[in-house]
Amino acid sequence: MVLKPSDFKTDVFADWCPGCGDFGIMTALQMALAELGLEPHQVVLVSGIGCSGKEPHNVKAYGVHTLHGRTLPFATGIKVANPELTVLAIGGDGDGLGIGAGHFVNTGRRNLNITYIIHNNGVYGLTKGQASPTLKLGLKTKAMPEPNINEAVNPIALALVAGYTFVARSYAYDVKHLKDTIKAAVQHKGLAFIDALQPCPTYNDINTREWYAGEDRKDPQTGKPQSRLYRLEETGFDPVVHNSGEELEKEMSAMMKAREWGDRIPIGVFYKNELQPTFVDRIVNRIPFYRTNPPAKQRISDENGESTADLSEFFNDLRTS
Amino acid sequence: MKEVNWMAGGPQGAGVDSAANIFGRACGYGGLYVFGRREYHSNIKGLHSYFHLRVSQNDVLANVNDVDLLAAFDAESVLRHLGEVVSDGGVVVDKDQLTTKVMGIPTLPPEFKEEVQKYMTQKGLGESLSDFLADAKKAGVHIYEIPYMDLLKTVAAKLKIEQISKVTRMINVLTMGVSFALLNYDLELVEKAVTAVFSEKPKVAEMNVVALREAYDYTKKTFTEAFPYKLEKTEVMEERIFVSGNQAVAMGKVLGGCRIQAYYPITPAADESEYLEAHEILKTRGGEGGIVVVQTEDEIAAVNSASGAALAGARAATSTSGPGFSLMVEGLSWAGNSEVPLVITYYQRGAPATGLPTRDGQSDLRFAVHAGHGEFPRIILASGDIRECFYDAARAFNYAERYQLPVIHLIDKAMANCSQTYQLFDTGHFKIERGEILDEAKIKDHPYKRFRFTNTGISPRVVLGTKNGVHWYTGDEHNEFGHISEEPQNRIMMMEKRMKKLELVDKEVPIKEKVNMYGDASAENLVFSWGSPKGAILEAMDMLKAEGFGLCFMQLRMLHPLPKEYVGNLLKAARKVIDVEGNYSGQLGGLLKEETGVEPDYHILKYTGRPMTTTEVYGALKNILGGKASERQVLTYGS
Repeated sequence: MVLKPSDFKTDVFADWCPGCGDFGIMTALQMALAELGLEPHQVVLVSGIGCSGKEPHNVKAYGVHTLHGRTLPFATGIKVANPELTVLAIGGDGDGLGIGAGHFVNTGRRNLNITYIIHNNGVYGLTKGQASPTLKLGLKTKAMPEPNINEAVNPIALALVAGYTFVARSYAYDVKHLKDTIKAAVQHKGLAFIDALQPCPTYNDINTREWYAGEDRKDPQTGKPQSRLYRLEETGFDPVVHNSGEELEKEMSAMMKAREWGDRIPIGVFYKNELQPTFVDRIVNRIPFYRTNPPAKQRISDENGESTADLSEFFNDLRTS
Repeated sequence: MKEVNWMAGGPQGAGVDSAANIFGRACGYGGLYVFGRREYHSNIKGLHSYFHLRVSQNDVLANVNDVDLLAAFDAESVLRHLGEVVSDGGVVVDKDQLTTKVMGIPTLPPEFKEEVQKYMTQKGLGESLSDFLADAKKAGVHIYEIPYMDLLKTVAAKLKIEQISKVTRMINVLTMGVSFALLNYDLELVEKAVTAVFSEKPKVAEMNVVALREAYDYTKKTFTEAFPYKLEKTEVMEERIFVSGNQAVAMGKVLGGCRIQAYYPITPAADESEYLEAHEILKTRGGEGGIVVVQTEDEIAAVNSASGAALAGARAATSTSGPGFSLMVEGLSWAGNSEVPLVITYYQRGAPATGLPTRDGQSDLRFAVHAGHGEFPRIILASGDIRECFYDAARAFNYAERYQLPVIHLIDKAMANCSQTYQLFDTGHFKIERGEILDEAKIKDHPYKRFRFTNTGISPRVVLGTKNGVHWYTGDEHNEFGHISEEPQNRIMMMEKRMKKLELVDKEVPIKEKVNMYGDASAENLVFSWGSPKGAILEAMDMLKAEGFGLCFMQLRMLHPLPKEYVGNLLKAARKVIDVEGNYSGQLGGLLKEETGVEPDYHILKYTGRPMTTTEVYGALKNILGGKASERQVLTYGS
């Protein structure tokens, strides 16, 4: 059965502000899932809180809308219990890089085969516009009483050093690019991170749709706006680690790209490395049957309700008579 | 045979634990019952630690105040415990330590030094360890001065080892060899225990056996006068194990079907997770079995990963202590709201804050009952001994899945790090009850309603990944599908749906799984408690019974929801109600007052971080029964 993006829609009203980037991300997600040939029950969307946290309710797939910052731990538990599931974690920039920063970094150490999409709009929307960890130092969006006193964290650079093996950026209003990026992330063997740039039409009056589109920097010749976003794939940039000898070089060139911001902002895949063992591979090394018989699939009791566990080996170690 | 209380003491890292493990096993092989308590500082190497083992031909459930034979690895152990040695008991001491100036021992904390100084002044003692020992000797204590270094040199020669430093780690085994010789115990059984404890390191086992024999033979030859305490082996007809609380919980979880444990290292919980990880491939009937142990980045990740795994259909748990549970509280609230079958094993230790991180405490009952913002159902179990730790660990998963709620299993450090001999746990009568889980064929609603309103409050559950079962969870209030809803009427119905599951627990779970009753049911005075004081209370009651004092003992095992009618009737019928627990404020007493209106007449409390002993509980109860006690008695025994 071939599913269409509309098969991944629910009838829940999406209550984001008009013009919110979340609409684009939701649409790209639904399209990607359909094009990947997945069925709704095979997919689990795990979210944090805030505006982006509501997204799973608008997608027909298993949805787990969790706590502020805890998206990745929930996703980890789900995936480890049943590695057959396609697990996507979605959350805001504050969720993943502020309150959940410890999970962001430590999940990188496991290379679990899940996809994490951060909705990056520079503000805490649902609490009415405070600075998020990705807002640059000195900027003052409209609801802030004073300019931002903190420097911004660089999500791409942080993902690279934390050990994410697929690191990409896309843009909420470039739905096709985002859809393709999500597809590539889900198909990646390992932990994938997407920094999804997204205007907040209500609270971020600096990094607006017009700002990304370059309305303020029209080509003097043609009078056309010059978009700040450019595609890495169109510059011949090769993010793929083809052999282990290339790891450092690829990571460094990704890091250089990660530092670009302002008038030229790269989108696309910064880094992709499938040579690292995934968390599932590592568990299989210890528990050989894990892939076929993971925790969620094990038969723990027989037809009489008796536990299938035989404790005799435990007891033998402790036995005194 | 009189019972024997043996204590091994030494600096951390010197092998007190393995000595105690060997000692306990050796006694177990001879058909003896053993209760062992481990005490240690929050320190890796150097600070004082000890293991107190009580050995008898009859079952032993707790420690007593006495030490019959003290095996000291170092001077501090002598200084710390000499006062506990009974007047005809013995002390095994390193001959080279006799001249040690006690006030110069660098690891002594200033408060303890002050006590020692006071004692020295009072008694007019000199400052050498030998002055203290001479004083004890006057009182009748046997002092066994052993040349540890000479013995080690002989051992090294026999093993053809040139560097003496390679054998100094075996001081612990020397003290055991001396002890068993004095106690006149069968050396073969001790050798068997050494071999078992070092089964994975046969070379080490071999070295230890040589050292053991050397010390044993030396003692037999040198001290010909009989020591008044003896260990006599006895026939044992049943199968027994020597097991710690951490191990019992781990095995209970495996029996109960736990297949994922997420944890963050913390004392005294981490040993359980490590034990599970060491046994991750399980022996199972019908299909392969394994438990995945995930060490997460913090306790927040641990509890939420466990919740995620539970939603995916695995029986999942986390294991922690007070500081870790503090971090888990928001996750607990989410699990309560989303009706997640989550199991949290909660090992209490001395608190607040970092508190007494390696010591005992029972001060987190109210925290466990009230943890989490908002109102949601939970079950709280509290085990009273190591056997109960095993069964409650397994049973927790049944409750969690049947009632779709978080279960907190309270244990305290005294059980976690105590070891005891038990008849092999019977696993035959335990049944796994998973509650209502729908597979694809059984899903009737289309679309499926995860939080369907039902009479019982329990909605048949579908695990993530089931075809045609797509549904949603949210930390927000939600409708039957799991979508966010702030509608007042829905809110009322959802709150009632969740909370009424507690009524079902009240009705369905048999009282014998919630309360244990002991002693004389017709006695007019009632003792109640929870957790580790159980053993000391039971033994104290036996002693009092022999003196003609009957008591009835109610041990609460399900602390939430409290079986308040049953408990209330018992409390109301009693003449004197006595609360025994390991905290400052009598937390269970307070809860019972709230739930039943009955206030305890007496409190026996302890918050030194050391578990209650039979001796002190006996004394405190006797004070009450003799009309000589104040309303509040605070116990202090133990160093």
